[in-house]
Amino acid sequence: MDPKTYKFDTLSLHAGYQPSKNAGSRQVPIYQTTSYMFDDVDHAAALFNLERGGHIYSRMSNPTVQVLEERVCALEGGTAALATASGMSAIFLTIMTLCNAGDHMVVSSQLYGGTVNLFRLTLPKFGIKTTFVKPRDTEGFKKAIQPNTKGIFGELVGNPGNELMNMPEVSNIAKEAGIPLIIDSTYQTPYLCRPFEHGADLVVHSLTKWMSGNGSSMAGILVEGGTFDWMQNDKFPSMTEPYEGYHGLSFAEEFGPTAFTMMARAEGMRDMGPCLAPQNAWNILHGLETLSLRMEKHCSNALKMVEYLSNHESVAWVSHASAPGHPDKELAEKILPKGTGSMIAFGIKGGKEAGAAFINNVKLASHLANVGDARTLVIHPASATHSQMDEATLKFAGLSHDMIRLSVGLEDFEDIVNDFEDGFKAAKKPRLVANK
Amino acid sequence: MKFKVRGIDTFASTGGRPFDKNKPLIIFVHGSGLSHMVWVLQTRYFAFRGYSVLAVDLPGHGLSSGESLKTIEEMGNWVGDVIGAVGCKEASLVGHSQGCLVTMECVAQHPEKIKTLTLMGGASAIPMNPELLRLAEESNPKAVDLMMDFAHGPAGHFGGHPVPGLYHLNVGSMIVQNKEIKDTLGVDFRACDNYKNGPEIAKKLDLPTLSILGAQDRMCRLKDGKILADYIKGSEVKIIEDCGHMMLLEEADQTLEILKKFIAEHYPLAS
Ligand SMILES: Cc1ncc(COP(=O)(O)O)c(C=O)c1O
Repeated sequence: MDPKTYKFDTLSLHAGYQPSKNAGSRQVPIYQTTSYMFDDVDHAAALFNLERGGHIYSRMSNPTVQVLEERVCALEGGTAALATASGMSAIFLTIMTLCNAGDHMVVSSQLYGGTVNLFRLTLPKFGIKTTFVKPRDTEGFKKAIQPNTKGIFGELVGNPGNELMNMPEVSNIAKEAGIPLIIDSTYQTPYLCRPFEHGADLVVHSLTKWMSGNGSSMAGILVEGGTFDWMQNDKFPSMTEPYEGYHGLSFAEEFGPTAFTMMARAEGMRDMGPCLAPQNAWNILHGLETLSLRMEKHCSNALKMVEYLSNHESVAWVSHASAPGHPDKELAEKILPKGTGSMIAFGIKGGKEAGAAFINNVKLASHLANVGDARTLVIHPASATHSQMDEATLKFAGLSHDMIRLSVGLEDFEDIVNDFEDGFKAAKKPRLVANK
Repeated sequence: MKFKVRGIDTFASTGGRPFDKNKPLIIFVHGSGLSHMVWVLQTRYFAFRGYSVLAVDLPGHGLSSGESLKTIEEMGNWVGDVIGAVGCKEASLVGHSQGCLVTMECVAQHPEKIKTLTLMGGASAIPMNPELLRLAEESNPKAVDLMMDFAHGPAGHFGGHPVPGLYHLNVGSMIVQNKEIKDTLGVDFRACDNYKNGPEIAKKLDLPTLSILGAQDRMCRLKDGKILADYIKGSEVKIIEDCGHMMLLEEADQTLEILKKFIAEHYPLAS
């Protein structure tokens, strides 16, 4: 006897939506509205006081956005989700819901640059401090925990060094300390990894990337696993004690496995307001329909790319958790059995100038700041995003002058290779290019 | 709210209002392996409209201490004790699934204390599938997956939770899985399977009773819910279309509307 609940690919097409409640519309309608009619004053009061479910105002919730929230929630195996205007706002709302002024976070040092800025520079303005720990330094996470630490945050596969955080072990450290583990799973998507199955308590995504794949829309999401017991200690008073904003409601008591998301919406989204536009939610939903198919091809193209680059005379090194000799290969095979994603970093022989020449001479690969588009993307951090940094600072960020960051797309592999050959050819004569 | 029943720490949600023993009391009793959290879309409404509400956690469940009670009779008796424990003399009862058996037992054992009875997704007997019972008693999480599958109707399987952002199947699943499965779900399923007094007791009930049934309930089938309602003298029956066993969440609004009308008519606030 096995449960007949829908499985991953079916959920990516259907979860969170019932045509019969939407005029029979097979595709999810775009509810382009700011607000929703109340039946009467009693209905309005009940909605405002969280006595019943429903929509009030599109800052708080919207029926199109709701489908996206439920769909991602179903794919991650979570209890509740809150979609946001961008990945950054999902991270910000998560931390603002978790922490008060005077609190502290332990955070993996290999993160998307924007997230590093948030923890290093912006959150301290609100009195929230961070200790950074190298992703492979599992013991370091334990040592960095202080009495006022409210959570551990990390990306499973750090960017751009492709170092893995040992999520199962770090989750045990978090459990021992009575704090949640939050994973930014943007690079994996639930197709490659479902962090709740490895001990994470909260998951955030930039949906701007692989989840949609179309590169059309900004979006983010917070997903709750329903696993964390907020009442186990006195570290989370805003979750456990009566909340003035809702007549003394205790979110943990009342909502249990969905308490964090309820709080993030009722307080964070209500007061800070980074809501997702319904049109953007729809664009992301459209991409999600083909998540499995796309991720499969992203990963198979990435594997071919690792092999091609590893054997290329112009390439000094290749970093991808599937690459031979990668120190985290074993862990990757355990946590990411379907593939380690499509982000590759490689070193080009000839250093910074060669890197710049390569970028200037590829035509198919797009030179831009995003990742996870269906199209192949490249960037040379030392001459673009990190051009102001000296060698030592670059090294601390896990970067080097010769590094090219590559987000492998879904094009025919031969076409990507032909394009790269043009880039490598030009990179061999960096001075000529530079003098042009 | 935490209070003592028979000397044991017991939790009940008061629906977000301080408990007041002078207001008419409504007690909500959850189903197998679950807790007060399934009632949030009914309790808060009544709590903010002049009633005192207790969505109890049965012993060993949710935030209540102690060990799970082993028989429906004991659970029914325990609910009766809750009324006195909070300083009240009478209450209306609302039960879901196993909670229907428990509340019927409570009425049978404490007829003088109970004013009205609402049964959601009920049946006069809840025999368990032997494999499901075994899995639950072995704390196998598959028992929870099967339960969530059976408990939600075809529509509920797609989602569409009344509270934006929540996903039915996993919310229910985590409420159960956050406790040791064999100590809650396992004990409850066994108690349901053993309980045979349902028809007898139902025939003797003599108080305003409402049955709310899901047309697509696969846990306690619609026809079994109707048979139970037929046993109960003058029982009102309301059927919710496109809805499974978890009507209190799957169709929370409809469930609340039906309950509101029934309570207003048979258990009104003193004017
Ligand atoms: C891993 C990761 N997390 C978060 C973000 C931020 O997301 P967004 O750009 O949607 O705000 C990014 C963006 O590049 C990212 O790569």
